Amino acid sequence: MNRIPILQMGSTLLVTIQVDMQDQMALALQDDLANKVSATGAKGVLIDISALEIVDSFVGRMLASISGISRILDATTVVVGMQPAVAITLVELGLSLEGVRTALNVERGMELLQKSRKEKPLAR
Amino acid sequence: MTPETQAVLQLLQRHEQQILDEWLQEAGSASARLSDASRRAMRGEAEEILRGVRDALQAGGDPDGFQSPAWSAVRHSLEGLSRSRAAQGQSAGDTSAFVLAFKRPLFSVIQKEMGTDAARQMAVVWAVTTLVDRMAQWTVSTYQQTREEIIKRQQQDLLELSTPVIKLFEGVLAVPMIGTLDSSRTQVVMETLLQRIVDTGSRLAIIDITGVPTVDTLVAQHLLKTVAAIRLMGAECIISGIRPQIAQTIVHLGIDLQGIASKSSLADALELAMEQQGFTITRTR
Amino acid sequence: MPAEDSAGSQPLRSEEDIVASRQKVRALTQQLKFSLVDQTKMITAASELSRNTVVHGGGGSMRWELLDDGVRRGLRLHFEDQGPGIADVKLALTDGWTSGTGMGLGLPGSKRLVNEFELQSVPGQGTRVSITRWK
Repeated sequence: MNRIPILQMGSTLLVTIQVDMQDQMALALQDDLANKVSATGAKGVLIDISALEIVDSFVGRMLASISGISRILDATTVVVGMQPAVAITLVELGLSLEGVRTALNVERGMELLQKSRKEKPLAR
Repeated sequence: MTPETQAVLQLLQRHEQQILDEWLQEAGSASARLSDASRRAMRGEAEEILRGVRDALQAGGDPDGFQSPAWSAVRHSLEGLSRSRAAQGQSAGDTSAFVLAFKRPLFSVIQKEMGTDAARQMAVVWAVTTLVDRMAQWTVSTYQQTREEIIKRQQQDLLELSTPVIKLFEGVLAVPMIGTLDSSRTQVVMETLLQRIVDTGSRLAIIDITGVPTVDTLVAQHLLKTVAAIRLMGAECIISGIRPQIAQTIVHLGIDLQGIASKSSLADALELAMEQQGFTITRTR
Repeated sequence: MPAEDSAGSQPLRSEEDIVASRQKVRALTQQLKFSLVDQTKMITAASELSRNTVVHGGGGSMRWELLDDGVRRGLRLHFEDQGPGIADVKLALTDGWTSGTGMGLGLPGSKRLVNEFELQSVPGQGTRVSITRWK
């Protein structure tokens, strides 16, 4: 099974999801990201889902998990590029992706990560 | 296959050209008003239908079971005929008249071949009448369906026109909602607004509901869904134009605005938007 | 004119089958010329229900039918398994849009994505969920 590659740019990890993932692939990504955040001490994770035409509850939960896990490992996660049809469907599905930060595109996502790095409070 | 349908099949096989010519004549293709291209098109349509009927009969199709798979090619041809006529603006009457004109040439060959056997003639005429009537009925119902599709499309266009998405300034969009907010309306607004947010890279959308007469739980739900979708994509939202009565209704119904910024007037929303985006207005004159 | 298949079925036994079901539903909704949002909703609902069948139903199948009632066209999908069944159907279908947590079987969510939703389940015998979207 192919694993989704994780790129490192400074203290940010970049992931671009471009395939219709099997459930196992999503779980593997979650695993790999947790390991890599820990190993590199990354402060930011940017997940680009602009190529995803379908985000179901499994992928949604995966994104929420990554977000939570990264936060515990002292990194901020931003999901970028959600397609309008996907957003509409997720809302109807009732998945609020609570706790997952989102931005319109990679540029905005990076801005958000920079900002969050500066304003990080000690306790949440 | 009944003896009657067998007879019709044979007539169609033996006298195809003659039947076609007479049908077109009956349908007025000789009319000087028609262009050559139209006449050719009409001939093509007639040929397609005639051959479809012939094949269907060959496959054992029963005129009484017009919905069965044996007749699907004929149904398709009739639908095509109906749609193109509807698009050209012709009436349902004209379109079915064309199909009904198929009867006369069939009757005349029946007369020719079975003129002496009255009982048999009657039976075959009945089979033909049943078949062509069904074909005409199918044309009419497709016609109506096409017209309804056109109306639906126009309604959609109207919906989109009545909810314009305006770019106020860099990064801020505004949507003045006017009229009742039902689910199809909300759907259109959501899709248009979200797409515009992506296209313009806006960070903020102001949804103004001054023009929305009532807000009940359903309307509020639609609004909240729209806001949730906007936030999911990474943009923010302000709801403006909340009249006092609506504010009261919202509280009474226990609707939770979930931390959405709300302002009573569009002007206030604009001010908040500018503040959030880091803009100030200074008077220079 | 060649007749297009108006019905069919495919197995739902593994994760690959879940992906395959999404791809099939995409192809079918595109064939029916659904709008992009309606395509997305149907495919997402199918994904949820396919996963239920594989994960909770012990494997089963997805049957699809192209519908045409003379006035409109649509797509109907049936997700069937011979698994443990759902003990409390009413609870499984409890709607609560604002809660957004505890997806469990994802049934109320999927129900909102489609026009028609039918659930038949007998504990110990199996489950069938049928969903329909009209154009």
